[in-house]
Amino acid sequence: MNDARIRTHPILGELPPRKEIRFAFNGIPMQGLEGETIAAVLLAQGIRTLRYHEASGRPRGIFCNIGHCMECRVTVDGIDGIRACLTTIKEGMEIHAGRKLPAPLKRGGVTP
Amino acid sequence: MTDIVIIGAGPAGLSAAAVCAEHQLKVLVIDEFMKPGGRLLGQLHREKNGTWWNGWEESASLTRRAEQSGADIRLQTSVYHLQSDHQGWNVYTSAGIIKTPYVLLATGAAEIPVSLPGWTLPGVMTVGAAQVMANVHRVKPGNRGIIIGLNILSFAIARELQLCGVEWEAMVLAPNAMLHPLYASPRHAADLFARTAHLAPAFWMRAGGKLLSFSWAKTLTVRFFPKSGVNVWGIPVRLRHAATEIIGKEQVEGVRIVEVDADGAPKPGTERDIPVDFVCVSGGLYPLAELAAVAGCPLRYIPELGGHIPLHNEHLETPLKGLYVAGSITGIEGAKVAMAQGRVAGLSIAFHHRKGDRRLQEELLHAVRDVHQTRESAPIQFHPRITEGRKAMKELWNAAHHNG
Repeated sequence: MNDARIRTHPILGELPPRKEIRFAFNGIPMQGLEGETIAAVLLAQGIRTLRYHEASGRPRGIFCNIGHCMECRVTVDGIDGIRACLTTIKEGMEIHAGRKLPAPLKRGGVTP
Repeated sequence: MTDIVIIGAGPAGLSAAAVCAEHQLKVLVIDEFMKPGGRLLGQLHREKNGTWWNGWEESASLTRRAEQSGADIRLQTSVYHLQSDHQGWNVYTSAGIIKTPYVLLATGAAEIPVSLPGWTLPGVMTVGAAQVMANVHRVKPGNRGIIIGLNILSFAIARELQLCGVEWEAMVLAPNAMLHPLYASPRHAADLFARTAHLAPAFWMRAGGKLLSFSWAKTLTVRFFPKSGVNVWGIPVRLRHAATEIIGKEQVEGVRIVEVDADGAPKPGTERDIPVDFVCVSGGLYPLAELAAVAGCPLRYIPELGGHIPLHNEHLETPLKGLYVAGSITGIEGAKVAMAQGRVAGLSIAFHHRKGDRRLQEELLHAVRDVHQTRESAPIQFHPRITEGRKAMKELWNAAHHNG
């Protein structure tokens, strides 16, 4: 597997072998290792964008990685607002990136 | 029935848990993270004697000790409110409300964000985020990056991340005026070097650069700054450059930097773009005191301790009955001080619970002394005036106490 996982580390040593977990991100089937967070497993495969801002539609990814900033929230098995940095992947998990929301009443519903 | 709920399974919380459990209290430790250890988990640095401080292993041994003593550690559980009634404390968690006579807040600290244009792009993260990604989750946060913000934490993490193959294009100053003045200007960055060089020569010697031989580091004379920066562990540390913007469309593509004068004011026309694939920002740390605030605990603003701190005494009691604090919530310091404070809080609670056991009182006195000793022998201080900050809190406590 060619990914960003740190398998050998000069001080921390070898990454212990772990069970493979299957999940899906935005409908695409993927694999990760047991115990990995959603943020870590996606970054390992080069995916940084975890949501698009609800109003501006600009891409967002992890920022603090420890649950404080709420930037990495995704939808997990239909529940939205789940922090990707604190949630570990489970077999069959369906994860979706947050999307820009429609704002039909913005500026009184008048399109400029 | 739980005797004590400890919020935060970091070095302070786990140490307190072991002490309380060893004194036959029924202990419950709650933490949001999936592993116990708190921010200790990702720490990795060389000690004065040349051995490695491996936060992962330290966390494992603290956890083992707490669990073997009988403490229950509940992970991936969030605490969102804290309220007292005539029976004690109600701890509101994502897994229900827990009643307890004693609560220890060992919530630690969070990073102060550095906001500049482009800071929301994927690939921009705090230095702490990168540390956790690499050393805890074992995923490389990026290949070649820039660190924006010069402070003790960003230097330590820059070094740690080199161990897993991350390359640093440069470390530059954060944009002026939006940060704590301590971190914003070349003058203050030089001050940091000089002060830490004096406090802990071994740290900068190990840093590989011969920083102590630089005349500016000794004299604090800003005009002697080398414009090209100084080299620390092979990383160009640019004391005369600040970031103005992070560039990229869908993710980080580079950083725009500008030359600044000794006070941090940018020189027009000196901007240039440096291509990188990720960016770490670092504005320092602040104590996580929200739960103390919602509980109704008075806070005091002490910049030397990192910001707003719950009022507390040396036994780590707050003015609220049954509410205690330990670790970085009492002031930003390292893991060893947090561990020593955890011991104080644990003994303090056990002493109160046992209604004045003479032997416990002696142990408590000992533990308080140990906190001072640990602080004095720490290789590096997050804030050079930490001792003054601790003294200020002591005086504020005494003032509040005497006024009734």
